[in-house]
Amino acid sequence: MDDRRFKKRTLFLILYLVFAILPVYWMINMSFKTNTEILSTFSLWPRDFTIEHYRTIFTDASWYSGYINSMIYVAINMVISLLVALPAAYAFSRYSFLGDKHVFFWLLTNRMTPPAVFLLPFFQLYSTLGLMDTHIAVALAHLLFNVPLAVWILEGFMSGVPREIDETAYIDGYSFPRFFLTIFIPLIKSGIGVTAFFCFMFSWVELLMARTLTSVDAKPIVATMTRTVSASGMDWGVLAAAGVLTIVPGAIVIWFVRHYIAKGFAMGRV
Amino acid sequence: MKTVNQKAWLLILPVIVCVAFSAILPLMTVVNYSVQDIISPERRVFVGTEWFKAVMRDDDLQGALWRQIGFSISVLLVEIPLGIALALSMPAKGWQASAVLVIVAISLLIPWNVVGTIWQIYGRTDIGLLGATLEMLGIDYSYTGNSIDAWLTVLVMDVWHWTPLVALLCYAGLRAIPDAYYQAASIDGASKFAVFRYIQLPKLRGVLVIAVLLRFMDSFMIYTEPFVLTGGGPGNATTFLSQYLTQKAVGQFDLGPAAAFSLIYFLIILLLSFVLYNWMLRVGTAEKAGGTHG
Repeated sequence: MDDRRFKKRTLFLILYLVFAILPVYWMINMSFKTNTEILSTFSLWPRDFTIEHYRTIFTDASWYSGYINSMIYVAINMVISLLVALPAAYAFSRYSFLGDKHVFFWLLTNRMTPPAVFLLPFFQLYSTLGLMDTHIAVALAHLLFNVPLAVWILEGFMSGVPREIDETAYIDGYSFPRFFLTIFIPLIKSGIGVTAFFCFMFSWVELLMARTLTSVDAKPIVATMTRTVSASGMDWGVLAAAGVLTIVPGAIVIWFVRHYIAKGFAMGRV
Repeated sequence: MKTVNQKAWLLILPVIVCVAFSAILPLMTVVNYSVQDIISPERRVFVGTEWFKAVMRDDDLQGALWRQIGFSISVLLVEIPLGIALALSMPAKGWQASAVLVIVAISLLIPWNVVGTIWQIYGRTDIGLLGATLEMLGIDYSYTGNSIDAWLTVLVMDVWHWTPLVALLCYAGLRAIPDAYYQAASIDGASKFAVFRYIQLPKLRGVLVIAVLLRFMDSFMIYTEPFVLTGGGPGNATTFLSQYLTQKAVGQFDLGPAAAFSLIYFLIILLLSFVLYNWMLRVGTAEKAGGTHG
């Protein structure tokens, strides 16, 4: 009885994993086929194996600069988000002050605002400031949803650290900055890692704002891809190869945080 | 209890400045647009609540709103149970656990437009595995021609994309249940179902609230994936709120109505998140009061 149930569960898991992996496999498969093979024959693996599409991407600046641009604004965004969220999360987890609950809720509403709502004003705001088509513009715009999320996750992790540690440190004569940097931050290392991962993830996958705020110099890879789709017919092979390459950074990051990922997704709340 | 300390405001000041720059300033611009008719940059007329009235009467908008609500509810009905089931069947330790976690999580790290691209390829009847298989089975499938097919494809794509989030949340919740609970249950001779109903499910309540909240909000804002996959079509079958708003604001450049629409959209979300947030807080305190907080 128990054995049969175990098998049923495993079967379900395997079915789901197949469901999860097949669409991605199909794209990888396609990225190694020639365009004629894609359109003429239907095969489960590349018969006429080619890396031509990848070569196109790595040698054409309009393609590979997209990846570099994305990396730059994601990194800027991650650093700013963490720097401003760390002290704020500490304040929310340790102190009560006038309006704390309201501010926390207000922060969360920003995470829940449809980016489409802010599209137009962002465009105007950054044009006025002369920041259009710069990496910093996209990084700042992405703060809208990443800062609230970072505060939320970090607050969860910080609340798990006993308050007695703070008190003991202050009695021992530590100043706040010294305590925060040398004792507290090492204690929530994994929380910071998880937060960085989420900031990376949400900034990396966002398209709407990144596409609206850039045109040439800071154009992210996600925008390069959509524009190619609409423009020159359909170069399925290059499109698939570009898609595969956008998954690679995520896959690498996931591998590093795999031990914390489940806890991280629970926002430090279990 | 937390100490009362008003100086804590200094610590959250940087966050306020950052978010105010990217939220309050733009929001004021939207308010400004929503009450004016902008004929040219120099000529603008104050029109009061005219745009709001027009937007409320807009049939296309109401259509998009109902489609959106239907879509978000379907998403929750499929993804939450499937996510729980998946979390229950994931291995707890060893290399299998790591491998399964990585495979399950990978769809969350794919840029949203690439998710659209993947399914665009996957669903085509000439070159895609899913489309070709369905066609081979004799099903007349086309996500660009048939609205029901398009809607279902967007739903399956969302399930594929986001069920892992629910599963990972529940998985973390399950790992936090102490072994003692299971031992007590096995001494009592509890069935698997009883263990799930009376131990696992109550312990998952906290993470499930987060999951429902996140999934509801994010599905309510869905834009990129259907934009790439179906472009909102065929007809209006997969035009959801964000899509409709973007068409109005960027496509037709109707600044006034688009701004009024933005504000209404924002208020709907605000109201729903307020209700859900308070519900979440209540669940949190009830758990702590019961002394069962993991």
